[in-house]
Parts: sequence; C-alpha cells; structure tokens
Amino acid sequence: MTLSEIVRQLDLKVLTFMPENDLEVRYGYASDLLSDVLGQAPPGALWVTLQCHPNVIAIASLLDLSAVLLVGGILPDQATLERGQETGVTILSTELPTFEIVGRLYQLGLRGSTRSCLDG
Amino acid sequence: MNGNARLEMRFQVNGNDFIQAGEASSKIKRTLQQIGIDSRVIRRVVISSYEAEMNITIHAYRGEILFTIWPNLIQIVAQDEGPGISDLEAAMQEGYSTAPENVRQMGFGAGMGLPNMKKNTDEMQIETEEGRGTRITMKIYL
Repeated sequence: MTLSEIVRQLDLKVLTFMPENDLEVRYGYASDLLSDVLGQAPPGALWVTLQCHPNVIAIASLLDLSAVLLVGGILPDQATLERGQETGVTILSTELPTFEIVGRLYQLGLRGSTRSCLDG
Repeated sequence: MNGNARLEMRFQVNGNDFIQAGEASSKIKRTLQQIGIDSRVIRRVVISSYEAEMNITIHAYRGEILFTIWPNLIQIVAQDEGPGISDLEAAMQEGYSTAPENVRQMGFGAGMGLPNMKKNTDEMQIETEEGRGTRITMKIYL
C-alpha cells in the first residue's frame, strides 16, 4: 500500500508534506521509546507514536522511515514541524489512539517487524 | 595510526542540548551515503552514533564524537566529560538506566542505548571513570 493511499483511507492529517514520489509502505512500528525504535523499526516503516519532539524527527530521518504518525490528535510544536520540513520527514496525525490506528494499518496490509525482515 | 584514514570527522556534543542532538549522526549518514557505503552498514553506524550522541546529551556536560573511516573499518569514538558510569555491568543490561525523569518522558532512558550500540557494532570498548567521564570506542568492519 502506498503512503498516499494510507493517508486517504485512514483520513490522516498531513502536518508537513508528502514525499514527491509516493512510497510503498510494507511495515509499521509502534513505540514511544526511542531506543526501541532505533533498534527494531524496519527500514521504511511507518512509525506510530505519541512522542512529538524534534528528536523523533531526527530518528525517523536517520532510519529512513516512511512517516511519523502521531496519535490521539497530538500536534507537534513549531520546532518539530520545522525539523520535519528541513529533513523531509512526513509527519501525519490521527485523532485515534495507538491501538485503534495500528489495527487499521494492519487491516490495510501493513505488518510489524520480525527478525527476518530486518536481516533480509 | 590515522595515517591512511580515508576520512575523519569530529563533532562537539553539548550536554542537555536536545535541539542540536543528532546532528553529528545525520552528517555522518550523509557522508556515508555520498561515498556509497551499503545502506545496511549505514544503518548500523547511525544507530550506534546516535545512541552515543544521546548518551552524551543526556548524561554528560560535554563531549565529542570522532568518526573515522579506513578502507576496511569504520570507527566511532564518543568521549565525554561527565559523571562516568558507576556500574558498567548493570548499564549493559537492557532496561537499566540512570536517565532523569524529564528525559524518560521524551522516550529516552529506556536502558537500551548501550545494548543497541553493542548489537550494531563488531567491537565495543568502554573506558569510564566516575566523576571524570567516559570514552566508548566502536568498530564496524567493512
């Protein structure tokens, strides 16, 4: 499923901008612990979190994640939005809480990380 | 020893500066991409350097990241002036952290930093002295 399709189907708000070339998103990762994401999120994963400070954007950029999806209607501060613009990280937002939105992403075909997808 | 290094970079990291934090790793990543290093290696390098950068930001007064590439080796040295690590064995256990509460609320301090660094590098050596600081040397073979 492409990122733009996910945004449309789940009615997500785009807080920065969408990538110029639409991305195929196969994996998701949900965590609010930054080292957990660093160690475990698969390349290109959509990251679901309620953390919304500039370091979240730094991590998404370092790992080439497809987007950061903020849950529960959380809106990031200006510094975080600017960091997203600068580094080209797509920041999305949903009113739904983590459990709900992850369930819907799974229904759309996204899967979590496994050792084999990281090593492969 | 650095005579035949292909590239050397040095970055200052300031304690408690969460805005600047991550810049060194981001520059290291861009450099590795420019010289065509495999993306799986880049991932291991940036995970390790980012964790090291954040450790200095969270725990130390100031420090630096020294990044060197040789034809067959990438080395990251993170050294700081700070409190040092009083129980190194505990610090290597996943889940052990001495990070303050405000930093934990940001999602740091999960006690996975040093284990992440160890997992993503081929060699890791920690020298630490209480009240003085810490130096971590990490190697990734190409």
